[in-house]
Amino acid sequence: MSTEPLLTVTGLTKHFPIRKGLLQRQVGAVQAVDDVTFDVAKGETLAIVGESGCGKTTTGRMITRLLEPTAGTILFDGRDITHLSTGQLRPLRRDVQMIFQDPYNSLNPRHTVGTIVGAPYRIQGIKTEHGIKRAVQDTLELVGLNPEHYNRYPHEFSGGQRQRIGIARSLALKPKLIVADEPVSALDVSIQAQVINLLEDLQSELGLTYVVIAHDLSVVRHMSDRVGVMYLGNLVEIGDRMSVYTTPRHPYTKALLSAVPIPDTARRQNRERIRLVGDVPSPIDPPAGCRFHTRCWKATEVCKSEVPKLVEFAPGHRAACHHPEVPGEQAEVAPDGTAISPFASPDLIEP
Amino acid sequence: MSQMRESTPASTTSTVGLGGIGTRADDVFLSVRDLRVHFPTDDGLVKSVDGLSFDLRRGQTLGIVGESGSGKSVTSMAIMGLHKPDSVQMAGSINLGGTELVGASPELVRSLRGKRMAMIFQDPLSAMHPFYTVGAQIIEAYQVHNKVSKKVARDHAIDMLGRVGIPQPAKRVDDYPHQFSGGMRQRAMIAMALSCDPDLLIADEPTTALDVTVQAQILDLIRDLQRDFDAAVIVITHDLGVVAELADDILVMYAGRSVEYSTAEDIFRRPQHPYTWGLLGSMPRLDREPTDRLMPIKGTPPSLIQVPPGCPFSPRCTFTDRVGAACRQERPPFSDSGARHYVACHLAMPERQKLWTEQIEPNL
Repeated sequence: MSTEPLLTVTGLTKHFPIRKGLLQRQVGAVQAVDDVTFDVAKGETLAIVGESGCGKTTTGRMITRLLEPTAGTILFDGRDITHLSTGQLRPLRRDVQMIFQDPYNSLNPRHTVGTIVGAPYRIQGIKTEHGIKRAVQDTLELVGLNPEHYNRYPHEFSGGQRQRIGIARSLALKPKLIVADEPVSALDVSIQAQVINLLEDLQSELGLTYVVIAHDLSVVRHMSDRVGVMYLGNLVEIGDRMSVYTTPRHPYTKALLSAVPIPDTARRQNRERIRLVGDVPSPIDPPAGCRFHTRCWKATEVCKSEVPKLVEFAPGHRAACHHPEVPGEQAEVAPDGTAISPFASPDLIEP
Repeated sequence: MSQMRESTPASTTSTVGLGGIGTRADDVFLSVRDLRVHFPTDDGLVKSVDGLSFDLRRGQTLGIVGESGSGKSVTSMAIMGLHKPDSVQMAGSINLGGTELVGASPELVRSLRGKRMAMIFQDPLSAMHPFYTVGAQIIEAYQVHNKVSKKVARDHAIDMLGRVGIPQPAKRVDDYPHQFSGGMRQRAMIAMALSCDPDLLIADEPTTALDVTVQAQILDLIRDLQRDFDAAVIVITHDLGVVAELADDILVMYAGRSVEYSTAEDIFRRPQHPYTWGLLGSMPRLDREPTDRLMPIKGTPPSLIQVPPGCPFSPRCTFTDRVGAACRQERPPFSDSGARHYVACHLAMPERQKLWTEQIEPNL
């Protein structure tokens, strides 16, 4: 793995305008992603985790330029791709591909597998040595499908096989970077493991770089080299996977990890539990200062007013918090794990 | 309610047919024996549930685990009487506190639904009516089973919303479902299900649609409420982590059949069925050192129209060569391997235990 970054994202921001009235005047914005900075080295897997609405999918869609950022820059292989036009983007699509979450909606039901996986060649006007059909069949074989599936339609396949078709389509042009948005969350456990193993095999065979967007923390730890944790549009923590999982520095990461149900009855008693109260606030009007302060049990006045900066705690391990966790320290929460912020909305505390 | 319990005829203590599970104990509240739920379709008979047996005591939680298409939800809907009578073929026995539900009249099942058994659905947004306030929906359910004034029912609804942890229940009772967040909506649905103090609560994937921090809140809530209400609870899920948090007993289903059934402790510590091993090997786990590779189950689940003969798991099982032809020809009996641990597998018990301790567990 080289340390040279393939992708560098700086200050990435996406605000979706909310328009109202006859003149469609902008009355506000959904601040989906705000000032996100990270880079991805060649050959590594960066996972972005967070709960729904944290902006992880929007971030992925900006990297692949399915969305245009409101602010910030995206450098891919040293080239600024932040504001490329549709025409300028086309050559980029050979290098950056996406795997979608839902293998049922992301494949055209009226197209055969051959048409779906062959589309990248046709669109890019690529001539292959033995014709497109042969190239498609090779790709199908690579992802563990039978080359004879060429003339079949998506509905003839199971969920796991469809996800393989989606993976084959993204691999067709031998891209450098693949953004996988929840690649296994729609699949059953036994099939999920097959697809995770396939993605890992392909990475080592083809030297791919992955940005994996997921909400399942166990899957993320298994697949990634580095992990970025997002909360309400902000990147709150990023670092090496073992460093983040064993010594989380941001209280949110700690709470998130403690909430994962562990499939072992013996462990349900003696683990530290932090139970956050309430829900994620609206990204239309996010809390000032640290966006997590309305749910953070450690919040003080400074959290309310000042946006915390990402600070490095260990090589490559950064977190944005005014009161970072100290490794080994128990969280000061109620015995049942309930963690309430001093700034929680009064409705939450009132019985 | 107590009348019904007293009127339990003595005959229900005998077993009904197959299934391998022995005589019903007297304190068993829900008893399912050799349940079969088949759907005739143009392509053939879909055997969604094909020979399922389990028992549930009051105050206990049973976790039903399986992948999509294993028949978990079809089972819960059969218990609740939610299948259309003209499109389903049901056989076997579902005995709820002395009342037989298979073949019962729709009127009888309707009178039990809500009052004696209630259900929490996976997606609260589609399970609640968007046109009525949350309060109105709880009030309606309560008034069906209780002859009380609207005022009393409303107070009860507010009380229930408060008990499931909805802040300012007196105000939120008049909100519509879309005004609630996902976690709040699931709480409101639990309040609705518990409003008539049911004896049996079925939670079908109660947290699948929720984020992990909210999931933890809802799992805590279900556990606390079960203690308060002393209900029997069935949790249906594909997530082994969720059942480990909640369940006393676990039933593992595959292709409409029960393959393993025991205490949660035994299922996680001493599992004996190759499918359960496969599920455990497929999951990346936070409580263990990270492994390089997961051990997936090869292949895909079978079609329920053409379930493989013999053991339905045999085409995906890596141990069939140790048994021979029986796996593909004979349906394995669902038998007790000792200490209430039921397994449907042709492998001999000592061999299964040896495989688990020597081959499977060290590699997890």
